[in-house]
Amino acid sequence: MLTPSSSDLAFTVNGRAVALRVPAHALLLDLLRDRLGLTGAKRSCDMQVCGACTVLVDGEPVSACTYLAVEVDGRDVLTVEGLADGEVLDPVQAAFVDHGAVQCGFCTPGMVLTARALLAERPAPSREDVLHYLRGSLCRCTGYVKIVEAILGCGTGRP
Amino acid sequence: MTARGPLRVVGQSVRRVDAVEKVTGRARYASDLVRPGMLHARLLRSPYPHARLVRVDGTAARAAAGVQAVVTGADLGWCDPYFGPAFRDRPILAIDVARYEGEPVAAVVAEDDEAAAAALELIDAEYEERPAVTTLDEALAPGAPLVHTAKPLAGHFADLSSLRPRPGTNICHQFHFERGAVGEALAGAALVIDDTYTFPRVQHYSMEPHAAVAAWDEQGGLTVWASTQNPYSVRVELAGMFGIPLGRIRIVVPHLGGGFGGKTYAKLEPIVAVLARVTGRPVRLALTAEEAFRTVRRCDARVRVRLGLAGDGRLVAVECDADYDVGAYADIGPRVVQKGTYTATGPYRVPHVRLDARAVYTNTTPGGAFRGFGVPQLAWAVESLLDEAARRLDRDPVDLRRDNLLHHGEEFAPGDTPIDGKFEESLGRAAEAIRWTQAAAADRGRGVAMMMKASIGPSVSEAIVRLHADASVTVLASTVEMGQGARTVMAQIAAEVLAVPLERVMVAAPDTSITPYDQTTSSSRSTTMTGRAVQEAAEDVLGQLLRVASARLGVAVSALSVADARVSAGGEAVSYVDLLRERFGMGGGELIGRGVVAPGRSAAPLGGSTPFWEMAVGAAEVSVDEETGAVTVEDYVSVADVGRRINPRQCEAQDEGAVVQGLGHTLYEEMLYEGGQLLNANLAGYRVPRAADVPGRMTCRFVENADGPGPFGAKGAGEGSLIPVSPAVANALARLTGVRMRELPLTPERVWRALRARRRRADP
Repeated sequence: MLTPSSSDLAFTVNGRAVALRVPAHALLLDLLRDRLGLTGAKRSCDMQVCGACTVLVDGEPVSACTYLAVEVDGRDVLTVEGLADGEVLDPVQAAFVDHGAVQCGFCTPGMVLTARALLAERPAPSREDVLHYLRGSLCRCTGYVKIVEAILGCGTGRP
Repeated sequence: MTARGPLRVVGQSVRRVDAVEKVTGRARYASDLVRPGMLHARLLRSPYPHARLVRVDGTAARAAAGVQAVVTGADLGWCDPYFGPAFRDRPILAIDVARYEGEPVAAVVAEDDEAAAAALELIDAEYEERPAVTTLDEALAPGAPLVHTAKPLAGHFADLSSLRPRPGTNICHQFHFERGAVGEALAGAALVIDDTYTFPRVQHYSMEPHAAVAAWDEQGGLTVWASTQNPYSVRVELAGMFGIPLGRIRIVVPHLGGGFGGKTYAKLEPIVAVLARVTGRPVRLALTAEEAFRTVRRCDARVRVRLGLAGDGRLVAVECDADYDVGAYADIGPRVVQKGTYTATGPYRVPHVRLDARAVYTNTTPGGAFRGFGVPQLAWAVESLLDEAARRLDRDPVDLRRDNLLHHGEEFAPGDTPIDGKFEESLGRAAEAIRWTQAAAADRGRGVAMMMKASIGPSVSEAIVRLHADASVTVLASTVEMGQGARTVMAQIAAEVLAVPLERVMVAAPDTSITPYDQTTSSSRSTTMTGRAVQEAAEDVLGQLLRVASARLGVAVSALSVADARVSAGGEAVSYVDLLRERFGMGGGELIGRGVVAPGRSAAPLGGSTPFWEMAVGAAEVSVDEETGAVTVEDYVSVADVGRRINPRQCEAQDEGAVVQGLGHTLYEEMLYEGGQLLNANLAGYRVPRAADVPGRMTCRFVENADGPGPFGAKGAGEGSLIPVSPAVANALARLTGVRMRELPLTPERVWRALRARRRRADP
């Protein structure tokens, strides 16, 4: 069996500098969960459909389950663990709590980060914007109603 | 007990107690856990729906780098390798025969997941394919190949001791229920309608696939951290399989990433326990989503129903023959079948009834519990037919239903709990909210459906409540937090009874070595049964505290009142902290209360009386694209009778989720098999509802008459509102287009074909 080639990576995760050697085929999700202990990003569909593994790379939402770890070299990764400032929640996190947009919580980290990306792009999203943005974020518990309300509640245009 | 003022915490939409840990990503699920020295497991699965295992040789895999063990069905002689709650028909790993595509036939344990996955490829497995049955028709055909040939071993479920397999066939259980004289009643009925409906195989798709970690300790004890809804059922299974006392088995349940019934009863726990024993190290097994599709699913069903009605619209007879496909292993399928069929007549008064149901083995993923537990399959048929009856009798479907509803206090079946809700109120509220009496727009159609479901009976819940020296509280109960909000509800109940702030109450995660017995987190029973146990335990603590206060204040217990963690009488008040210090003579010690809810067996047809009837109404307004057949649910109203909402917003959230999950099997979801191969075991091929699929208007309402047996008059919620979705949508479609659909899901192709057939009939 051939030894897979490896690469040295230097990047930041949640503002902290990280230097690691990873196999070329390593996935970002495994790197975050298994090597950095950041288990907030979840594994579910393994095919970039459900959004449970969503993290932000240079502000862009990506599916860590299908994203090669080597691609984060020199970039800035934000996971759900990096959102709150100590015990002070990010506004999107706070809105999810206040609107009751959380049930089992397995989709929540990906949902929150997706919402963050949306709000960075459109500070006052319409309901249609939110529904469109959530195409790649599935939830099996909530029926989405309170998630959509929470995201709209974060926008400058109140629902 | 002391006089109770208005409720403070119960009835409030307080924030979930686990919301912050979940939005910050700190909440731990089974697949997030790491134990020192932990190994990783992967499973080799059968590529054939039915095959004899000629050879499963792990020699090469065992020699691969990082591999610690390879285990096959032939290596399980040291334990009892069979499990299952109804029949113990499921081997930990296939023994001699694989009975469905995707059945585990070998396991590899390695230092990391990648090494385990790579070693799977090195297992030398040879199969001799056998004829398979993958549909009800194939399985029920005379001379059909048999999925199981051995005499079944009874499982641990007491009320299935009456399991009735039919030897020499694929029928693993039959259920029969009869009252009155249905034949005569049908013969004398003004209208008899008779039709057959089918319900698809669907997948729970909990966002978190099943996961478990097991470790054996130096005393021969076993700990399993598992994504299970039933830690205590799992414990019983493992004790039997490994021959160790219940007290030496510890099942710990972290947060569940969704359950919906798919995590009831033992799933991965037996295999991880075996692998940890063989390697002497902790072992983790976390399934992929594709593997979850090959672990459990909802039982598909074919239901033939005959309804007999009098000329005035009164139901006089219901006859039902239901076949449910339970897949390759019974799991809890036999119970799903009999319980679903038992309430086939729904919330209606029907004097003459004959119900027959069969649980049928096929060579497919095992069928088990899924939100609604067999009722959605039946309600799909009966509620569709009831609308057809209304059409034939030229009656309004809401009026026809109303005329047939059981009333509060009326008997449903001899020995079972009388009707505990006001069904007419639920129906009326739903009709009003969907504007039933106003004409719909020309391109819209409206439909309604109702359902009634029994919870589990008998069942047991126990709870312990501890009041600590600083007046904070620990609730020990084994109901599983799987998203439904049980921990929050238990905290609210304890905070209410003990008059302490909600944030001073901690609800422990289920751990069979710490939290007391609770039968199952299913059947919408937690708020009612576990909640009542928590309430009793908290009242027990309060009683002890008040006796201390009575002595201290020199007044009778009945003259005391509690608020804000203080006991007062007249103008004098004393804090719990001071009372506890007085009781123990120092700043330590705690009061411990116990609650036990155990209604026991009864003369009801299923062996126990349901603690409550779960009741829900659905009303839909739909439109259809005649060109494509795509159905859009524009407006949906759900009304559930929950007695009292402990947390109103959580009830709403449960029902919003239930309706959207119901829209899944109504419009999109179906596990497709071809030649015994599951074709769409992933989210690219299996479509679950997305945010944009939610109806533009969706309203979840509640009837609250505090008439339930749970704390403060609560009843169960969460399953009911899923059930009316399919018939409500199909009834709306029928009223809009005249097309009656009998097969789910209502895909554009099916609807388009039906619309085309109607046009051809209308315009030959």
